[in-house]
Amino acid sequence: MSEVIILVDSVAGKVSKATAELATFGKRVGSVTAVICSSDSAALLPQLSTMAIDKVITCTGVDFEKHSTGATAAALAEVVKSIKPAAVLIASTARGKEIAGRLAVRCESGIITDAIDLDADLITTQSVFGGSTTVHSSVTHGTPIITIRGNSIEAIVGSSTPSHEDFPVSYDGADKAVVSSLAPAVKGGRPELTEASIIVSGGKGTEGNFAPVESLADALGAAVGASRAATDAGWYPHSFQVGQTGKTVSPQLYIAAGISGAIQHRAGMQTSKTIVAVNKDADAPIFDVADFGVIGDLFAVLPQVTEAVTAKKG
Amino acid sequence: MKIAVCIKQVPDSWAQKTMGSDGRLDRASVDAVLNDLDEYAIESALKLVEANSPTGEAGEGSEHSITVISMGPERATEALRKALSMGVDDAILISDEALAGSDALATSKVLATAITAGGFDLVICGTESTDARMSVVPAMLAERLSFAQLTFAASISVEGSTVKISRQTEFGVEEMSAQLPAVVSVVEKINEPRYPSFKGIMASKKKPLATKSLAEVGIATGDVGSSAAWSSVKDSLPRPARGAGIKVTDNGDGGSQLAAFLAERKLI
Repeated sequence: MSEVIILVDSVAGKVSKATAELATFGKRVGSVTAVICSSDSAALLPQLSTMAIDKVITCTGVDFEKHSTGATAAALAEVVKSIKPAAVLIASTARGKEIAGRLAVRCESGIITDAIDLDADLITTQSVFGGSTTVHSSVTHGTPIITIRGNSIEAIVGSSTPSHEDFPVSYDGADKAVVSSLAPAVKGGRPELTEASIIVSGGKGTEGNFAPVESLADALGAAVGASRAATDAGWYPHSFQVGQTGKTVSPQLYIAAGISGAIQHRAGMQTSKTIVAVNKDADAPIFDVADFGVIGDLFAVLPQVTEAVTAKKG
Repeated sequence: MKIAVCIKQVPDSWAQKTMGSDGRLDRASVDAVLNDLDEYAIESALKLVEANSPTGEAGEGSEHSITVISMGPERATEALRKALSMGVDDAILISDEALAGSDALATSKVLATAITAGGFDLVICGTESTDARMSVVPAMLAERLSFAQLTFAASISVEGSTVKISRQTEFGVEEMSAQLPAVVSVVEKINEPRYPSFKGIMASKKKPLATKSLAEVGIATGDVGSSAAWSSVKDSLPRPARGAGIKVTDNGDGGSQLAAFLAERKLI
Protein backbone atom coordinates (compact mmCIF):
# COMPACT_ATOMS: atom_id res chain seq x y z
CA MET A 1 0.00 0.00 0.00
CA SER A 2 1.27 3.48 -0.79
CA GLU A 3 2.46 5.63 2.06
CA VAL A 4 1.87 9.37 2.08
CA ILE A 5 3.76 11.81 4.30
CA ILE A 6 1.99 14.81 5.74
CA LEU A 7 3.82 17.58 7.58
CA VAL A 8 2.12 18.44 10.87
CA ASP A 9 1.22 22.13 10.84
CA SER A 10 0.95 23.80 14.22
CA VAL A 11 1.01 27.17 15.92
CA ALA A 12 1.96 27.60 19.57
CA GLY A 13 1.60 23.94 20.47
CA LYS A 14 -1.73 23.50 18.73
CA VAL A 15 -2.11 21.28 15.69
CA SER A 16 -3.98 23.16 12.97
CA LYS A 17 -7.17 22.03 11.31
CA ALA A 18 -5.19 21.96 8.05
CA THR A 19 -3.27 18.93 9.38
CA ALA A 20 -6.47 16.89 9.73
CA GLU A 21 -7.40 17.94 6.20
CA LEU A 22 -4.02 16.82 4.83
CA ALA A 23 -4.50 13.45 6.54
CA THR A 24 -7.94 13.12 4.96
CA PHE A 25 -6.51 13.77 1.50
CA GLY A 26 -3.62 11.40 2.23
CA LYS A 27 -6.05 8.59 3.04
CA ARG A 28 -7.32 8.73 -0.53
CA VAL A 29 -3.87 7.66 -1.68
CA GLY A 30 -2.70 5.25 1.01
CA SER A 31 -1.56 5.05 4.60
CA VAL A 32 -0.74 8.36 6.26
CA THR A 33 2.49 9.11 8.09
CA ALA A 34 2.52 12.43 9.92
CA VAL A 35 5.90 14.08 10.44
CA ILE A 36 6.41 16.47 13.34
CA CYS A 37 9.19 19.06 13.02
CA SER A 38 8.61 21.13 16.11
CA SER A 39 10.02 21.50 19.60
CA ASP A 40 6.42 21.19 20.84
CA SER A 41 6.25 17.57 19.68
CA ALA A 42 5.17 16.21 23.08
CA ALA A 43 2.15 18.53 23.06
CA LEU A 44 1.34 17.87 19.41
CA LEU A 45 1.46 14.09 19.44
CA PRO A 46 -1.74 13.38 21.44
CA GLN A 47 -3.70 15.83 19.27
CA LEU A 48 -3.01 13.67 16.20
CA SER A 49 -5.03 10.75 17.57
CA THR A 50 -8.29 12.34 16.39
CA MET A 51 -7.04 12.39 12.79
CA ALA A 52 -6.77 9.87 9.97
CA ILE A 53 -3.14 9.11 10.72
CA ASP A 54 -1.46 5.67 10.79
CA LYS A 55 2.03 6.54 11.91
CA VAL A 56 3.79 9.52 13.47
CA ILE A 57 7.45 10.36 13.01
CA THR A 58 8.97 12.99 15.26
CA CYS A 59 12.13 14.58 13.94
CA THR A 60 14.46 15.23 16.84
CA GLY A 61 17.76 16.98 17.43
CA VAL A 62 17.06 20.36 15.79
CA ASP A 63 15.54 23.55 17.22
CA PHE A 64 13.10 24.03 14.37
CA GLU A 65 11.53 27.21 15.74
CA LYS A 66 14.88 28.98 15.83
CA HIS A 67 15.70 28.44 12.18
CA SER A 68 14.00 29.34 8.99
CA THR A 69 12.18 26.78 6.91
CA GLY A 70 15.51 25.34 5.72
CA ALA A 71 15.83 23.18 8.84
CA THR A 72 12.37 21.68 8.41
CA ALA A 73 12.93 21.04 4.70
CA ALA A 74 16.26 19.34 5.47
CA ALA A 75 14.65 17.08 8.10
CA LEU A 76 11.74 16.24 5.85
CA ALA A 77 14.13 15.39 3.02
CA GLU A 78 15.84 12.86 5.30
CA VAL A 79 12.49 11.26 6.09
CA VAL A 80 11.57 11.16 2.40
CA LYS A 81 14.87 9.49 1.55
CA SER A 82 14.32 6.94 4.28
CA ILE A 83 10.72 5.89 3.63
CA LYS A 84 10.26 6.81 -0.06
CA PRO A 85 6.63 7.89 0.17
CA ALA A 86 4.19 8.16 -2.73
CA ALA A 87 3.80 11.88 -2.01
CA VAL A 88 4.41 14.61 0.55
CA LEU A 89 1.45 16.81 1.50
CA ILE A 90 2.02 20.15 3.21
CA ALA A 91 -0.38 22.91 4.26
CA SER A 92 -0.46 25.74 1.73
CA THR A 93 0.60 28.46 4.15
CA ALA A 94 3.44 30.91 3.49
CA ARG A 95 5.67 28.72 5.66
CA GLY A 96 4.37 25.47 4.19
CA LYS A 97 5.06 26.62 0.64
CA GLU A 98 8.63 27.61 1.52
CA ILE A 99 9.26 24.22 3.07
CA ALA A 100 7.77 22.55 0.00
CA GLY A 101 9.91 24.65 -2.34
CA ARG A 102 13.11 23.81 -0.51
CA LEU A 103 12.14 20.16 -0.22
CA ALA A 104 11.51 20.00 -3.97
CA VAL A 105 15.04 21.26 -4.61
CA ARG A 106 16.55 18.86 -2.07
CA CYS A 107 14.64 15.80 -3.32
CA GLU A 108 14.79 16.77 -7.01
CA SER A 109 11.04 16.46 -7.15
CA GLY A 110 8.22 18.29 -8.83
CA ILE A 111 6.02 20.59 -6.78
CA ILE A 112 2.43 21.78 -7.01
CA THR A 113 1.20 24.50 -4.66
CA ASP A 114 -2.23 25.69 -3.60
CA ALA A 115 -4.15 22.57 -4.59
CA ILE A 116 -7.81 22.58 -3.57
CA ASP A 117 -8.35 18.90 -4.32
CA LEU A 118 -6.31 15.74 -4.73
CA ASP A 119 -7.46 12.38 -6.05
CA ALA A 120 -6.20 8.84 -5.42
CA ASP A 121 -3.90 9.09 -8.46
CA LEU A 122 -2.29 12.25 -7.06
CA ILE A 123 -3.91 14.49 -9.66
CA THR A 124 -4.41 17.93 -8.17
CA THR A 125 -7.04 20.57 -8.77
CA GLN A 126 -6.02 24.20 -8.54
CA SER A 127 -8.02 27.37 -8.92
CA VAL A 128 -5.89 29.95 -10.72
CA PHE A 129 -6.07 33.46 -12.17
CA GLY A 130 -8.13 34.77 -9.31
CA GLY A 131 -10.43 31.78 -9.35
CA SER A 132 -11.41 32.18 -13.01
CA THR A 133 -9.76 28.95 -14.19
CA THR A 134 -9.65 25.42 -12.80
CA VAL A 135 -6.52 23.40 -13.57
CA HIS A 136 -5.76 19.70 -13.14
CA SER A 137 -2.09 18.82 -12.85
CA SER A 138 0.28 16.16 -11.68
CA VAL A 139 3.90 15.89 -10.67
CA THR A 140 5.90 13.97 -13.24
CA HIS A 141 9.31 13.65 -11.58
CA GLY A 142 10.49 12.44 -8.18
CA THR A 143 8.29 12.37 -5.09
CA PRO A 144 5.24 14.58 -5.68
CA ILE A 145 5.34 17.50 -3.24
CA ILE A 146 1.93 19.07 -2.99
CA THR A 147 0.68 21.92 -0.84
CA ILE A 148 -3.05 22.01 -0.18
CA ARG A 149 -5.12 25.02 0.82
CA GLY A 150 -7.02 24.97 4.07
CA ASN A 151 -10.77 24.34 4.09
CA SER A 152 -10.58 22.29 0.88
CA ILE A 153 -12.11 19.18 2.44
CA GLU A 154 -14.19 18.13 5.42
CA ALA A 155 -11.61 16.39 7.62
CA ILE A 156 -12.23 12.84 8.83
CA VAL A 157 -12.52 12.92 12.60
CA GLY A 158 -12.26 9.78 14.65
CA SER A 159 -9.90 8.19 17.02
CA SER A 160 -6.79 6.28 16.14
CA THR A 161 -3.68 5.06 17.86
CA PRO A 162 -0.93 5.77 15.38
CA SER A 163 2.41 4.10 15.93
CA HIS A 164 5.17 6.52 16.81
CA GLU A 165 8.89 6.72 16.27
CA ASP A 166 11.61 9.30 16.75
CA PHE A 167 13.76 10.18 13.77
CA PRO A 168 17.03 11.90 14.66
CA VAL A 169 18.05 14.60 12.19
CA SER A 170 20.75 17.24 12.08
CA TYR A 171 20.93 20.63 10.44
CA ASP A 172 24.14 22.13 9.20
CA GLY A 173 22.60 25.58 8.78
CA ALA A 174 23.22 26.69 12.37
CA ASP A 175 25.16 29.69 11.11
CA LYS A 176 22.33 30.75 8.81
CA ALA A 177 19.23 32.81 9.56
CA VAL A 178 18.21 32.71 13.18
CA VAL A 179 15.06 33.98 14.85
CA SER A 180 16.45 36.21 17.58
CA SER A 181 13.17 37.27 19.15
CA LEU A 182 9.52 36.46 18.87
CA ALA A 183 6.59 38.49 20.14
CA PRO A 184 3.82 35.89 20.03
CA ALA A 185 0.73 36.82 18.10
CA VAL A 186 -1.99 38.12 20.38
CA LYS A 187 -4.63 35.43 20.33
CA GLY A 188 -8.06 36.88 19.93
CA GLY A 189 -11.16 34.85 20.57
CA ARG A 190 -11.78 34.56 16.82
CA PRO A 191 -10.80 31.68 14.56
CA GLU A 192 -7.79 31.88 12.26
CA LEU A 193 -8.59 33.57 8.96
CA THR A 194 -7.41 30.67 6.82
CA GLU A 195 -9.21 28.06 8.94
CA ALA A 196 -12.50 29.85 9.57
CA SER A 197 -15.65 28.48 8.01
CA ILE A 198 -17.20 31.96 8.06
CA ILE A 199 -15.38 35.24 7.40
CA VAL A 200 -16.74 38.76 7.65
CA SER A 201 -14.49 41.27 5.87
CA GLY A 202 -14.54 45.04 5.90
CA GLY A 203 -13.23 47.46 3.32
CA LYS A 204 -13.17 51.11 2.41
CA GLY A 205 -16.88 51.41 3.21
CA THR A 206 -16.18 50.92 6.92
CA GLU A 207 -14.39 54.28 6.89
CA GLY A 208 -12.16 52.85 9.59
CA ASN A 209 -14.94 51.69 11.89
CA PHE A 210 -14.78 47.90 12.03
CA ALA A 211 -17.21 47.63 14.97
CA PRO A 212 -20.21 46.41 12.93
CA VAL A 213 -17.95 43.95 11.06
CA GLU A 214 -16.54 42.58 14.32
CA SER A 215 -19.96 42.36 15.98
CA LEU A 216 -21.36 40.32 13.13
CA ALA A 217 -18.25 38.14 13.06
CA ASP A 218 -18.60 37.43 16.78
CA ALA A 219 -22.29 36.63 16.46
CA LEU A 220 -21.43 34.14 13.69
CA GLY A 221 -18.31 32.76 15.38
CA ALA A 222 -16.46 34.03 12.32
CA ALA A 223 -13.03 35.41 11.57
CA VAL A 224 -12.57 39.06 10.58
CA GLY A 225 -10.86 39.93 7.32
CA ALA A 226 -10.04 43.20 5.59
CA SER A 227 -9.46 44.48 2.09
CA ARG A 228 -6.16 46.00 1.10
CA ALA A 229 -7.75 49.45 1.10
CA ALA A 230 -8.60 48.97 4.77
CA THR A 231 -5.21 47.59 5.79
CA ASP A 232 -3.29 50.19 3.79
CA ALA A 233 -5.30 52.90 5.54
CA GLY A 234 -4.15 51.41 8.84
CA TRP A 235 -7.71 50.55 9.89
CA TYR A 236 -6.93 46.88 10.38
CA PRO A 237 -3.65 44.93 10.69
CA HIS A 238 -2.07 43.70 7.46
CA SER A 239 -2.14 40.13 8.74
CA PHE A 240 -5.93 40.17 8.24
CA GLN A 241 -5.74 41.19 4.59
CA VAL A 242 -7.60 38.98 2.15
CA GLY A 243 -6.59 39.15 -1.49
CA GLN A 244 -3.90 38.64 -4.03
CA THR A 245 -1.16 39.96 -1.78
CA GLY A 246 -2.78 38.86 1.46
CA LYS A 247 -4.38 35.63 2.54
CA THR A 248 -6.28 33.36 0.19
CA VAL A 249 -9.38 32.05 1.90
CA SER A 250 -12.09 29.63 0.95
CA PRO A 251 -14.69 29.56 3.73
CA GLN A 252 -18.25 28.23 3.62
CA LEU A 253 -19.50 31.80 3.87
CA TYR A 254 -17.71 35.03 3.00
CA ILE A 255 -19.39 38.31 3.86
CA ALA A 256 -17.84 41.35 2.16
CA ALA A 257 -18.92 44.60 3.79
CA GLY A 258 -18.02 47.86 2.10
CA ILE A 259 -15.59 46.10 -0.24
CA SER A 260 -15.82 47.05 -3.90
CA GLY A 261 -14.31 43.75 -5.02
CA ALA A 262 -11.32 44.71 -7.12
CA ILE A 263 -9.87 41.72 -8.97
CA GLN A 264 -7.02 41.56 -6.42
CA HIS A 265 -9.48 41.09 -3.58
CA ARG A 266 -11.60 38.60 -5.48
CA ALA A 267 -8.46 36.56 -6.17
CA GLY A 268 -8.25 35.89 -2.44
CA MET A 269 -11.86 34.88 -1.77
CA GLN A 270 -13.51 33.86 -5.01
CA THR A 271 -13.52 30.14 -4.19
CA SER A 272 -15.62 30.72 -1.06
CA LYS A 273 -18.69 28.49 -1.15
CA THR A 274 -21.22 31.26 -0.55
CA ILE A 275 -20.44 34.94 -1.03
CA VAL A 276 -22.52 37.76 0.39
CA ALA A 277 -21.88 41.44 -0.28
CA VAL A 278 -23.11 44.65 1.26
CA ASN A 279 -22.16 47.81 -0.59
CA LYS A 280 -23.61 51.24 -1.17
CA ASP A 281 -22.48 51.23 -4.80
CA ALA A 282 -24.88 49.17 -6.91
CA ASP A 283 -22.20 48.83 -9.60
CA ALA A 284 -19.49 47.48 -7.28
CA PRO A 285 -17.82 44.47 -8.96
CA ILE A 286 -18.22 42.43 -5.76
CA PHE A 287 -21.87 41.96 -6.73
CA ASP A 288 -20.74 40.02 -9.83
CA VAL A 289 -19.52 37.18 -7.63
CA ALA A 290 -22.03 37.50 -4.79
CA ASP A 291 -24.73 34.90 -4.24
CA PHE A 292 -26.64 37.49 -2.28
CA GLY A 293 -26.01 41.22 -2.45
CA VAL A 294 -27.52 44.07 -0.51
CA ILE A 295 -27.19 47.53 -1.99
CA GLY A 296 -27.09 49.59 1.13
CA ASP A 297 -25.14 51.08 4.01
CA LEU A 298 -23.23 48.46 5.98
CA PHE A 299 -23.78 50.49 9.14
CA ALA A 300 -27.53 49.87 8.77
CA VAL A 301 -27.48 46.38 7.24
CA LEU A 302 -24.84 44.60 9.33
CA PRO A 303 -26.35 45.36 12.76
CA GLN A 304 -29.69 44.06 11.50
CA VAL A 305 -28.04 40.79 10.44
CA THR A 306 -26.21 40.58 13.78
CA GLU A 307 -29.51 41.04 15.59
CA ALA A 308 -31.19 38.32 13.50
CA VAL A 309 -28.31 35.91 14.07
CA THR A 310 -28.31 36.55 17.80
CA ALA A 311 -32.09 36.13 17.95
CA LYS A 312 -31.89 32.86 16.05
CA LYS A 313 -29.29 31.52 18.44
CA GLY A 314 -31.71 32.39 21.27
CA MET B 1 27.63 45.11 -0.82
CA LYS B 2 26.63 43.60 -4.12
CA ILE B 3 22.86 43.38 -4.26
CA ALA B 4 20.88 41.38 -6.81
CA VAL B 5 17.16 42.01 -7.14
CA CYS B 6 15.23 39.27 -8.92
CA ILE B 7 12.28 40.54 -10.89
CA LYS B 8 9.70 39.17 -13.27
CA GLN B 9 7.62 40.64 -16.02
CA VAL B 10 4.03 39.48 -15.60
CA PRO B 11 0.67 40.02 -17.23
CA ASP B 12 -0.97 43.14 -15.86
CA SER B 13 -2.74 42.01 -12.71
CA TRP B 14 -5.87 43.92 -13.75
CA ALA B 15 -6.08 42.00 -17.02
CA GLN B 16 -8.24 38.96 -17.55
CA LYS B 17 -5.85 36.02 -17.73
CA THR B 18 -6.63 32.90 -19.74
CA MET B 19 -4.99 29.56 -20.33
CA GLY B 20 -3.55 28.73 -23.74
CA SER B 21 -4.13 25.38 -25.44
CA ASP B 22 -0.69 24.25 -24.26
CA GLY B 23 -1.79 24.46 -20.62
CA ARG B 24 0.26 27.59 -20.05
CA LEU B 25 -0.77 31.13 -19.32
CA ASP B 26 -1.50 32.98 -22.54
CA ARG B 27 0.98 35.83 -22.18
CA ALA B 28 0.78 37.22 -25.69
CA SER B 29 -2.74 38.61 -25.40
CA VAL B 30 -2.22 40.70 -22.28
CA ASP B 31 -0.15 43.72 -21.37
CA ALA B 32 3.09 42.84 -19.63
CA VAL B 33 4.29 44.86 -16.66
CA LEU B 34 6.92 44.68 -13.95
CA ASN B 35 5.46 42.43 -11.21
CA ASP B 36 4.31 45.11 -8.77
CA LEU B 37 5.50 43.12 -5.75
CA ASP B 38 9.04 43.30 -7.18
CA GLU B 39 8.96 47.09 -7.02
CA TYR B 40 9.14 46.81 -3.22
CA ALA B 41 12.27 44.68 -3.58
CA ILE B 42 13.86 47.27 -5.88
CA GLU B 43 12.95 50.08 -3.50
CA SER B 44 14.39 48.11 -0.55
CA ALA B 45 17.70 47.70 -2.39
CA LEU B 46 17.84 51.40 -3.23
CA LYS B 47 17.06 52.37 0.38
CA LEU B 48 19.69 49.96 1.77
CA VAL B 49 22.35 51.50 -0.44
CA GLU B 50 21.24 55.02 0.50
CA ALA B 51 21.49 54.08 4.19
CA ASN B 52 24.88 52.40 3.84
CA SER B 53 26.67 54.71 1.46
CA PRO B 54 28.17 58.08 2.44
CA THR B 55 27.06 59.60 -0.83
CA GLY B 56 23.72 57.82 -0.76
CA GLU B 57 24.43 56.44 -4.17
CA ALA B 58 25.38 53.14 -5.64
CA GLY B 59 27.36 52.49 -8.79
CA GLU B 60 30.63 54.00 -9.83
CA GLY B 61 32.84 55.10 -6.97
CA SER B 62 30.61 53.34 -4.45
CA GLU B 63 31.33 50.06 -2.72
CA HIS B 64 27.71 49.10 -3.33
CA SER B 65 25.92 48.06 -6.46
CA ILE B 66 22.45 46.91 -7.39
CA THR B 67 21.80 44.58 -10.31
CA VAL B 68 18.35 43.48 -11.43
CA ILE B 69 18.13 39.97 -12.81
CA SER B 70 15.24 38.50 -14.73
CA MET B 71 14.48 35.43 -16.76
CA GLY B 72 12.02 35.88 -19.57
CA PRO B 73 11.40 36.73 -23.18
CA GLU B 74 13.06 39.65 -24.94
CA ARG B 75 10.26 42.02 -24.04
CA ALA B 76 11.11 41.59 -20.33
CA THR B 77 13.77 44.24 -21.00
CA GLU B 78 10.93 46.75 -20.48
CA ALA B 79 10.58 45.63 -16.87
CA LEU B 80 14.35 45.75 -16.40
CA ARG B 81 14.48 49.27 -17.90
CA LYS B 82 11.88 50.37 -15.38
CA ALA B 83 14.09 49.08 -12.56
CA LEU B 84 17.07 50.91 -14.08
CA SER B 85 15.03 54.11 -14.26
CA MET B 86 14.22 53.77 -10.55
CA GLY B 87 17.96 53.90 -9.84
CA VAL B 88 19.35 50.38 -10.17
CA ASP B 89 22.85 50.24 -11.71
CA ASP B 90 22.67 47.45 -14.25
CA ALA B 91 20.50 44.63 -15.47
CA ILE B 92 20.82 41.05 -16.65
CA LEU B 93 18.19 39.27 -18.69
CA ILE B 94 18.49 35.55 -19.21
CA SER B 95 16.51 34.92 -22.34
CA ASP B 96 16.34 31.81 -24.43
CA GLU B 97 13.60 30.13 -26.41
CA ALA B 98 14.36 26.92 -24.53
CA LEU B 99 13.21 28.56 -21.30
CA ALA B 100 9.56 28.77 -22.30
CA GLY B 101 7.38 26.74 -19.97
CA SER B 102 9.99 26.45 -17.22
CA ASP B 103 8.70 25.55 -13.76
CA ALA B 104 9.76 27.19 -10.51
CA LEU B 105 12.55 24.65 -10.07
CA ALA B 106 14.12 25.57 -13.41
CA THR B 107 13.55 29.28 -12.82
CA SER B 108 15.32 29.12 -9.47
CA LYS B 109 18.16 27.14 -11.05
CA VAL B 110 18.70 29.75 -13.75
CA LEU B 111 18.52 32.67 -11.31
CA ALA B 112 20.82 30.92 -8.81
CA THR B 113 23.38 30.29 -11.56
CA ALA B 114 23.36 33.97 -12.53
CA ILE B 115 23.60 35.04 -8.88
CA THR B 116 26.58 32.76 -8.28
CA ALA B 117 28.32 34.02 -11.40
CA GLY B 118 27.80 37.63 -10.33
CA GLY B 119 29.22 37.10 -6.82
CA PHE B 120 26.29 38.80 -5.09
CA ASP B 121 26.03 38.79 -1.32
CA LEU B 122 22.46 39.95 -0.90
CA VAL B 123 19.53 38.81 -3.02
CA ILE B 124 16.22 40.63 -2.65
CA CYS B 125 12.93 39.39 -4.11
CA GLY B 126 9.26 40.22 -3.89
CA THR B 127 7.18 37.62 -2.07
CA GLU B 128 5.58 36.21 -5.21
CA SER B 129 4.77 36.95 -8.82
CA THR B 130 1.18 37.97 -9.38
CA ASP B 131 0.74 35.45 -12.22
CA ALA B 132 1.78 32.03 -10.90
CA ARG B 133 1.58 33.03 -7.22
CA MET B 134 3.52 30.02 -5.97
CA SER B 135 5.74 32.09 -3.69
CA VAL B 136 8.47 29.44 -3.67
CA VAL B 137 11.31 30.96 -5.71
CA PRO B 138 12.96 32.94 -2.85
CA ALA B 139 13.07 29.79 -0.67
CA MET B 140 14.34 27.71 -3.59
CA LEU B 141 17.09 30.27 -4.23
CA ALA B 142 18.19 30.12 -0.59
CA GLU B 143 18.25 26.33 -0.80
CA ARG B 144 20.21 26.25 -4.06
CA LEU B 145 22.69 28.95 -3.06
CA SER B 146 23.07 27.81 0.58
CA PHE B 147 22.37 31.44 1.52
CA ALA B 148 20.56 32.40 4.71
CA GLN B 149 16.83 32.75 4.09
CA LEU B 150 14.96 35.74 5.53
CA THR B 151 11.58 35.90 3.88
CA PHE B 152 8.48 38.10 4.22
CA ALA B 153 10.51 40.99 5.63
CA ALA B 154 8.47 43.97 6.79
CA SER B 155 11.69 45.84 7.57
CA ILE B 156 15.31 45.26 6.65
CA SER B 157 18.66 46.65 7.69
CA VAL B 158 22.26 45.72 6.96
CA GLU B 159 25.14 46.56 9.28
CA GLY B 160 28.52 45.33 8.14
CA SER B 161 27.89 41.75 7.13
CA THR B 162 24.80 41.25 9.31
CA VAL B 163 21.36 41.49 7.80
CA LYS B 164 18.36 41.88 10.09
CA ILE B 165 14.69 41.74 9.29
CA SER B 166 11.42 41.75 11.15
CA ARG B 167 8.40 39.93 9.90
CA GLN B 168 4.91 38.91 10.86
CA THR B 169 4.15 35.19 10.69
CA GLU B 170 1.42 33.00 12.14
CA PHE B 171 3.68 32.67 15.19
CA GLY B 172 3.86 36.40 15.84
CA VAL B 173 6.32 39.18 15.10
CA GLU B 174 9.76 37.68 14.54
CA GLU B 175 13.11 39.41 14.48
CA MET B 176 15.59 37.45 12.36
CA SER B 177 19.24 37.96 11.64
CA ALA B 178 21.89 36.31 9.53
CA GLN B 179 25.33 36.82 8.13
CA LEU B 180 25.55 37.64 4.45
CA PRO B 181 25.15 36.11 1.95
CA ALA B 182 21.39 36.02 2.27
CA VAL B 183 18.16 35.86 0.32
CA VAL B 184 15.50 38.27 1.55
CA SER B 185 11.94 38.59 0.31
CA VAL B 186 10.01 41.73 1.19
CA VAL B 187 6.30 42.31 1.74
CA GLU B 188 4.51 45.28 0.28
CA LYS B 189 4.18 47.24 3.49
CA ILE B 190 7.97 47.58 3.73
CA ASN B 191 8.08 50.79 1.70
CA GLU B 192 6.50 52.95 -0.94
CA PRO B 193 8.30 52.33 -4.26
CA ARG B 194 9.47 55.51 -5.95
CA TYR B 195 8.31 56.58 -9.36
CA PRO B 196 11.08 56.84 -11.92
CA SER B 197 12.07 60.49 -12.35
CA PHE B 198 12.54 62.02 -15.79
CA LYS B 199 16.27 62.13 -15.07
CA GLY B 200 16.14 58.49 -14.03
CA ILE B 201 14.36 57.50 -17.21
CA MET B 202 16.92 59.33 -19.37
CA ALA B 203 19.83 57.85 -17.41
CA SER B 204 18.40 54.32 -17.64
CA LYS B 205 18.87 54.32 -21.41
CA LYS B 206 22.62 54.44 -20.97
CA LYS B 207 22.83 51.86 -18.20
CA PRO B 208 24.17 48.38 -18.99
CA LEU B 209 21.56 45.77 -19.80
CA ALA B 210 23.06 42.42 -20.74
CA THR B 211 20.96 39.76 -22.43
CA LYS B 212 22.39 36.28 -21.98
CA SER B 213 21.47 32.98 -23.54
CA LEU B 214 21.42 29.73 -21.58
CA ALA B 215 24.75 28.76 -23.13
CA GLU B 216 26.25 32.03 -21.89
CA VAL B 217 25.16 31.36 -18.30
CA GLY B 218 26.21 27.73 -18.59
CA ILE B 219 22.93 25.84 -18.37
CA ALA B 220 21.98 23.02 -20.72
CA THR B 221 18.80 23.69 -22.67
CA GLY B 222 17.52 20.23 -21.73
CA ASP B 223 17.49 21.19 -18.03
CA VAL B 224 14.82 23.87 -18.45
CA GLY B 225 11.64 24.66 -20.33
CA SER B 226 8.38 22.80 -20.58
CA SER B 227 9.94 19.44 -21.49
CA ALA B 228 12.03 19.50 -18.31
CA ALA B 229 9.20 20.72 -16.05
CA TRP B 230 8.54 18.31 -13.21
CA SER B 231 4.83 18.90 -13.13
CA SER B 232 2.38 19.04 -15.96
CA VAL B 233 -1.06 20.44 -16.56
CA LYS B 234 -3.55 17.80 -17.65
CA ASP B 235 -6.39 20.13 -18.49
CA SER B 236 -7.76 23.53 -17.63
CA LEU B 237 -11.24 24.89 -17.78
CA PRO B 238 -12.64 28.33 -17.28
CA ARG B 239 -14.50 28.19 -13.99
CA PRO B 240 -18.19 28.61 -14.61
CA ALA B 241 -18.97 32.23 -13.84
CA ARG B 242 -20.68 32.54 -10.51
CA GLY B 243 -24.30 32.94 -11.41
CA ALA B 244 -25.38 36.48 -10.78
CA GLY B 245 -27.02 36.01 -7.42
CA ILE B 246 -29.88 37.75 -5.75
CA LYS B 247 -29.41 41.49 -5.38
CA VAL B 248 -31.68 43.59 -3.22
CA THR B 249 -31.72 47.27 -2.37
CA ASP B 250 -31.89 48.03 1.32
CA ASN B 251 -35.15 49.73 2.14
CA GLY B 252 -34.81 49.23 5.84
CA ASP B 253 -35.03 45.45 5.82
CA GLY B 254 -31.93 44.56 3.77
CA GLY B 255 -30.26 43.02 6.81
CA SER B 256 -33.32 40.89 7.57
CA GLN B 257 -33.49 39.70 3.98
CA LEU B 258 -29.81 38.81 4.15
CA ALA B 259 -30.34 36.90 7.39
CA ALA B 260 -33.26 35.04 5.82
CA PHE B 261 -31.02 34.06 2.88
CA LEU B 262 -28.36 32.75 5.27
CA ALA B 263 -30.97 30.79 7.21
CA GLU B 264 -32.34 29.29 4.00
CA ARG B 265 -28.82 28.16 3.08
CA LYS B 266 -28.47 26.76 6.61
CA LEU B 267 -25.47 29.01 7.19
CA ILE B 268 -26.94 30.36 10.41
